[in-house]
Amino acid sequence: MTSGIRFDGVTVTYGNTTVLDSLDLTVEPGEVMALLGPSGSGKTTALRTVAGFVRPASGRVLIGDRDVTALPPYRRGIGMVVQQYALFPHLRVDANVAFGLKAQKAPKAEIPGRVTEALEMTGMAAYARRYPRELSGGQQQRVAIARALAIRPRVLLLDEPLSALDAQLRSGMLAELARLHRELPDVSILYVTHDQVEALTLADRIAVMDKARLQDCGTPQDLYRRPRTEFTASFVGNANLLPVTVTTDGVAFEGTRLEVAASEAAPGAGATLCVRPHLVGLGPGPNALSGRISEVQWRGSTHRLYVDVGGHRVKADVRELRETPALGAEVTLHFAPEDGVLLGAGVTDG
Amino acid sequence: MLVHSRTGRWTAWAGFAVLFVPLFALPLLVIVAASFSTHWSGAFPSGPTTAHYTAAVRGESLQALTTSLVTAVTASVVALTVGTWAALAAAALRKRGRRVLDALFMLPVAVPSVVVGLAVLVAFSQPPVLLNGTRWIVILAHTVLVTAFAYQSVSAALLRLDPMYEQAAASLGARPAYVLLRVKLPLLLPSLNAAAGLCFALSMGELSATMMLYPPDWTPLPVLIFTATDRGSLFTGSALAVVLMTATLLALLAVSRIRTKASYR
Repeated sequence: MTSGIRFDGVTVTYGNTTVLDSLDLTVEPGEVMALLGPSGSGKTTALRTVAGFVRPASGRVLIGDRDVTALPPYRRGIGMVVQQYALFPHLRVDANVAFGLKAQKAPKAEIPGRVTEALEMTGMAAYARRYPRELSGGQQQRVAIARALAIRPRVLLLDEPLSALDAQLRSGMLAELARLHRELPDVSILYVTHDQVEALTLADRIAVMDKARLQDCGTPQDLYRRPRTEFTASFVGNANLLPVTVTTDGVAFEGTRLEVAASEAAPGAGATLCVRPHLVGLGPGPNALSGRISEVQWRGSTHRLYVDVGGHRVKADVRELRETPALGAEVTLHFAPEDGVLLGAGVTDG
Repeated sequence: MLVHSRTGRWTAWAGFAVLFVPLFALPLLVIVAASFSTHWSGAFPSGPTTAHYTAAVRGESLQALTTSLVTAVTASVVALTVGTWAALAAAALRKRGRRVLDALFMLPVAVPSVVVGLAVLVAFSQPPVLLNGTRWIVILAHTVLVTAFAYQSVSAALLRLDPMYEQAAASLGARPAYVLLRVKLPLLLPSLNAAAGLCFALSMGELSATMMLYPPDWTPLPVLIFTATDRGSLFTGSALAVVLMTATLLALLAVSRIRTKASYR
């Protein structure tokens, strides 16, 4: 049995509002797909159509090669972990983990072994006899993951699983989730998050959602280095987005000729140039831009400079400077031609 | 605590004592005092005796207490079952259906219990369902009266119950019946407990509807108290009242002692 997920033109509406607009997306077997987007982008709704808690107005949802659109949640064979853990407060940790096995009438003799196995996988075996209320947030989330894994699902749905944890715990749990996925290479994971770091760290591919629509989909490196839309560029990592005009030998920005990575845009068309702040250097070089410093932020290992170039604010993250530059000082910035990416959106709109 | 200063706290206590003691505690104390006496002509009762209690725990009185207990327990159990079922059904309904059910279960509360008693009497005095003259008509009336309270407390608890528990259970492969039995009902148990106590207490004290319906062989304790005082046997009535009060309080205490794991949340 294959374990992928396929959205086939899935549309969800509440009354007159469309919360998910004909989503087409395939999660390959064993793949971690992150659904990344701001709140209200439709990402959680998409996950809930897979779980079966939301009925699409049109379209199909497939798990493996089986159409599950009309199946009730309990017949779908999914594991699900939500932000608020949702552990059953009246059951001990081991009974929580055993819940799915008992509900699915797994052979009685098998249950204790599988509970222990799942708890060991998440490092919670020592807490088997505790009640959820006696555990910290991070521990509760580990139990919730163990509970979802115990039923050996083909598909694991994670809905903002780390959002309720503090920053330090979150990075630890991220590493943990990555390890779990290496141990369970056949399970497909759909990971809903609004946090780009989680998506970039964990996902094989990221689907960027905004305004009920899929905006972009690709590997983290692909989306980061070659974003196709302004939304992706600004939501996945930081970006300078500069309005430019395409010329025969590059682009023109406020009268300055800049060399950028190759594009198919026709000369004369308007476009948006995306340059990551950490790829912008201070001092003369190729693609030099001069302007005045309007703000300086010290961030420990780096300085973030805001430079006013012809009325546009350009962000540059440079290695910590010995002397903090003065506000209003004239500086020159530069970036390598291959680091300037022309975004599609502006090109077609002309 | 809302009041911080020491004098403020004492004032609050004093105010509480002045308002609460005469209104709530003293009348009950008077009954207790009366139940131990044979005369009450001056400011205080006289002629201390326990004879009323000796009478109150045997024969007709004991019978009445048992009748009351059986009626209250039966009515509470049926009311709790029906009320919980209806509340669960209502929660699954759309808005309009839910409003209809809410209104329907409000009726026995909104309508005076005398009217409910009369309605039950008229409805079940003719075949095909002839209950008049049997104990069942009393139990039925009590059930109708208290089901409303059971429905309301379970409905309120269901509204507060986070749907994520149900969904987590469903995602783990649990069918709706299994979810109800293993997740929803255990989580609702504290509210079911409270509802059971409320139903029981209401049924133990019900008089107005019972007066219209009770057959000679099924006389609940409140009716006996009423007829005793009606005859002028004030002290016998007081002793019976204390027995009724004590039995109800003990039962409520027992119910509240049932601690559920879910209440530790």
